[in-house]
Amino acid sequence: MPKLLIDDREIEVPEGMTVLQAAELLGIEIPVFCYHPKLSIAGNCRMCLVEMDKSPKPIASCAMPACEGMVIRTQTPMVQKARKGVLEFLLINHPLDCPICDQGGECDLQDITMAYGGDASRFELNKRAVPDKEFGPLIETAMNRCIQCTRCVRFATEIAGVTELGAMGRGEDMEISTYVQKAITSELSGNMIDICPVGALTSKPYSYRGRPWELSHTPSIDVFDAVGSAIRIDTRGREVMRILPRQNDAVNEAWISDKTRFAYDGLKYQRLDQPYARGKDGRLSPVSWDDAFGIIVDHLQHIPGDHVGAIVGDMADAEAMVALLDLMKAMGSPHIDCRQEGIESESGPRCSYLFNTTLAGIERADFCLLVGTNPRWEAPIVNARIRKNYLYTGLPIALVGPFHELGYPVDFLGNDPLVLEGILKGKHPICTALKNAQHPLMIVGQGALRRDDGDAVLDVTRRIADKYGFIKKVQSQSRDSWNGFNVLQIAASRIAGLELGFLPGPKGYNVKGMLNAARRKKIEAIYLLGADEIDMSAFKSTFVIYQGHHGDRGAAFADVVLPGAAYTEKSGTYVNVEGRVQRGLNAIVPPGEAKEDWKIIRELSGKLGLELPYNTIEEVRERMMEINPLFDGIDQIRPASWVDFGKAGSISPEPFHPVIQNFYMTDSISRHSVTMAKCVQEILKLDKRIADHD
Amino acid sequence: MNEKSEVFVFSKENEDRVQEIISRYPEGRQASAILPLFELAQRQNGGWLPKSAIEKITEMLGLPTIRGYEVATFYTLFNLEPVGKYHIQICGTTPCMLRGSEDLKRVCKKHLKIDCKETTKDGLFTLNEVECIGACVNAPVVQINDDYYEDLTEESFLALLKDLKAGNPVTPGSALGRQGSAPLEKETSC
Repeated sequence: MPKLLIDDREIEVPEGMTVLQAAELLGIEIPVFCYHPKLSIAGNCRMCLVEMDKSPKPIASCAMPACEGMVIRTQTPMVQKARKGVLEFLLINHPLDCPICDQGGECDLQDITMAYGGDASRFELNKRAVPDKEFGPLIETAMNRCIQCTRCVRFATEIAGVTELGAMGRGEDMEISTYVQKAITSELSGNMIDICPVGALTSKPYSYRGRPWELSHTPSIDVFDAVGSAIRIDTRGREVMRILPRQNDAVNEAWISDKTRFAYDGLKYQRLDQPYARGKDGRLSPVSWDDAFGIIVDHLQHIPGDHVGAIVGDMADAEAMVALLDLMKAMGSPHIDCRQEGIESESGPRCSYLFNTTLAGIERADFCLLVGTNPRWEAPIVNARIRKNYLYTGLPIALVGPFHELGYPVDFLGNDPLVLEGILKGKHPICTALKNAQHPLMIVGQGALRRDDGDAVLDVTRRIADKYGFIKKVQSQSRDSWNGFNVLQIAASRIAGLELGFLPGPKGYNVKGMLNAARRKKIEAIYLLGADEIDMSAFKSTFVIYQGHHGDRGAAFADVVLPGAAYTEKSGTYVNVEGRVQRGLNAIVPPGEAKEDWKIIRELSGKLGLELPYNTIEEVRERMMEINPLFDGIDQIRPASWVDFGKAGSISPEPFHPVIQNFYMTDSISRHSVTMAKCVQEILKLDKRIADHD
Repeated sequence: MNEKSEVFVFSKENEDRVQEIISRYPEGRQASAILPLFELAQRQNGGWLPKSAIEKITEMLGLPTIRGYEVATFYTLFNLEPVGKYHIQICGTTPCMLRGSEDLKRVCKKHLKIDCKETTKDGLFTLNEVECIGACVNAPVVQINDDYYEDLTEESFLALLKDLKAGNPVTPGSALGRQGSAPLEKETSC
C-alpha cells in the first residue's frame, strides 16, 4: 500500500487509488468537473491540477495513481494559478446566463469559480454558439453551457448501457450529441441531469419552476419499484417540486429511475382529497368523514366478520398494513392478502421471496441467470448493478424468458419454462458454466411466478440453486457466505406485507379466492388499501371500501372512498427487495381532507367498536416490531436462512409473459403523470428494439 | 451531415482489402481498424464518407454507431459532405500564410467562384482551408486529392486549376521545378 504526502500530511492508501481520492480521504478538497466517483476517469477538464514534487508541470490528480513517496501540494501559488487559468478558459465559451439558468444555485461551475476563479475575463471576441439538442421529454438542453466534461457520455455508455451519446467534433467545436436527433432510450436518463456539473442538461418538467434555495428537502424512500431507492423530496409550500436521488451505496448508489424521478407530477392530478360515497343514483358524491365512516359501520354491522376481505396494493406502507391487519383480525376475517395480482404460490420461507444476494452482492457474482424477468423495467437499479458487474468482470448472463434489450449482452436460452427442467437435469449446454461458477446468481422474476404453475417454477429454480451450488452454506454474515438465489419483487409494499404476515389466515381466501367468493356472495364487503390492479368486475354486488390517494381503477368501483396519503405525504416504513427495512419521511401534508392511512384505519376501528390499541405512529411501529422484530432494524438486512420451499409440480410449456408492459405507467401515480405520458409517446415509440420483440 | 439512406457496401475488390485490414490487428483489438476502413470507404465513395458507411463499418467492427460518428467528426481528413472531383485543401497556417496562401484563396474565389467549404456548380472543385500539412519549406502548399502542389504563386496556381479543369495532365510537387526542397540555383551550404 503506497504511502504519500499530501500538503505535508502522510496517508497510506490501497493500491490503485488516485491522488484525488487520497486527498479526499484526508479531507482536502480538490475542485473537479469531469471526475465522478461512479464513472470511469476521463481527465479532460484539468480542474484537478495539483503540484507534484519532481514534476515540472502540474498533474491531473483525478487520473494519477497514488504512488509510494509522492509529495503532493494542493495549495501552492502554482496550483492556484493553474485553477484560475483553467476556469478562465472554461468561461471563455460558457455563457454568463446564471440568472436564467436552472442550475443556478447548485452549479459546480458557479461554486468553483466563486472559490477558485479569477475576477474577470480577458476574452473579448464572441463566445461560440452551440445548437441545442433534442434529448426527449425528460432532459432540457442548453448546449452553450456545456463544458465538455463528458460525464453524460460516460454515464450513458457505462451505467445506462445505451451508447447513444457521443462527443462530436474536436477542440472548440466539440459538441455533445446523439448525432441523429432522438430521445435517450434509457430508464436512467434523468441521472444525467444530476451529474451534469453545469446547466447544459436540466430537468425538462422542472424547467423554470423553482430555485434550489426555495426548496425544502426531505429524505425519503421510493415506492415505484421494490428496490426502495433513497430519494430526496424537494418541496416548496405544499407542492412537490422535484425528486432527486440520495446516495446509498447499498441500494441505489447515486442513481434513480426516470419513473422515480419524474412521475411526481401524477401526485397533482386525480387526487382523492375528501371522502366519497355512492349515492342512490349510483354516483360517487362528496361526504364528510363522519358520514363515510357511518356508511361503512352501517354496512359492516350486517355482515359477518368472515364475509369481509382486505387486499393491499403495491405502494402501501407497513404502518397502514399492520393497522388493517389488526382490524381484520379484530373483525374475525382470515381473508387478507397483500399480493393483489393474485399470485398463486403460497408464501414460503423468507429465502423464497427475498433478493438474498443483496443488491451490492450482485457485484460479486460470476454468472447470472435471469428467469422470466426484465430487470431493465422491473428494477432499473438492479439492471444497472448487473451491467456494472458485466462492465468490470465481463459477467456472463443467460436469460430464460421473454427477450428484451437489457443494455448488456445476454445468452438468450429461449422463452421456454421447460429449459429450466433441462438445466436441472444437467442436459443444457449452460450447465458447464453453472458448475464452474464460484458465485452464481439467479434472479427469478414475477413473470415466472405469476402464473398457475408458479409454485412448480419456484421449485425447479430452487432445485437448480441447490444443485449448482448457488448457496454456499458458510456461517451467515461471513464474507465467504453466498446465496445466489433471488426473487425480484416489483411492488414496494410486498416484502413488508409478507414479513407482517398480511396473508390469508386459516381457511382464508387469497385474492383469487376472494374474487370468486365475491361472485358467490361469500365475500360481501371488501377493503381495498390502494389496490387498483385487480379484476373489479367481481365486486358488482360487494360493498367496496377503497382507501387510497388516487381516483383510479379501485376508486371508480368503490361504494365508499376514503382519501389516504401518497408516499410523499406520510412517514412510512418500507421493506425493499433484499429485506432492508427503510423509513421515509413526509415532505408535505396530504391534500384537502385526506389523512395518513394508518390513522384512517385506526379511526374506523373506533367507530366499529373494535378500537386498535395504538394512538401514535410510534405505537404502530412498536406493534410492527412485536409482529416481526425485523422492523426494529432500520436500514438493516437480516439474511434469510436457506430452507426448502416450493411444491413440485409439472411446468406448462406456456412461455413466460412480461409483467410490465409499459415501464412508464405501472401504478395509480404514474398513470396520472403528464411527464410519464410523454415518455410513453416519445421514448417507447422510439425504442424499436422493444417493439420488435413484443 | 448528408443523409444517404441506402446501405453502404464495399466493392468486390475492397471487400478483400477490408478483411486484410481487419486481420492486421490482434484479437480483441479489431476496433482499431476503424481509421483505415473509413479511409477505404471514403476513397471508394468519391472522396467523402456517408453516414451509411459509418454505420456499416461500426457494425462490422462491433462498435456502437455513435463511436464511429465521434471518430469521423474528430478527424478533418474525413469529408462528411460530398466533395468535388478535385478537393483543394489550401494550407492556411503561418508559414504558408506569410508566403501567400491568402492570394491562392482569392484565385479560387475569382476564377472558380467558390469560397471555403463550397463546391463548384460543375462538381469539379471543392475548396477547404486546412491547418499545417507539413510542407512549410515549400510554402505556400495546396493539397489536391492525394498530391501536394508546392511553391505556388497566383499565376502557377491558376494555370494548375485550368489544367485540371481541362483534364490536362499535371505534375505534383514544386511549381518552380526544384527537387524536393533543394535550393533553387546552387547549394548554399557545404
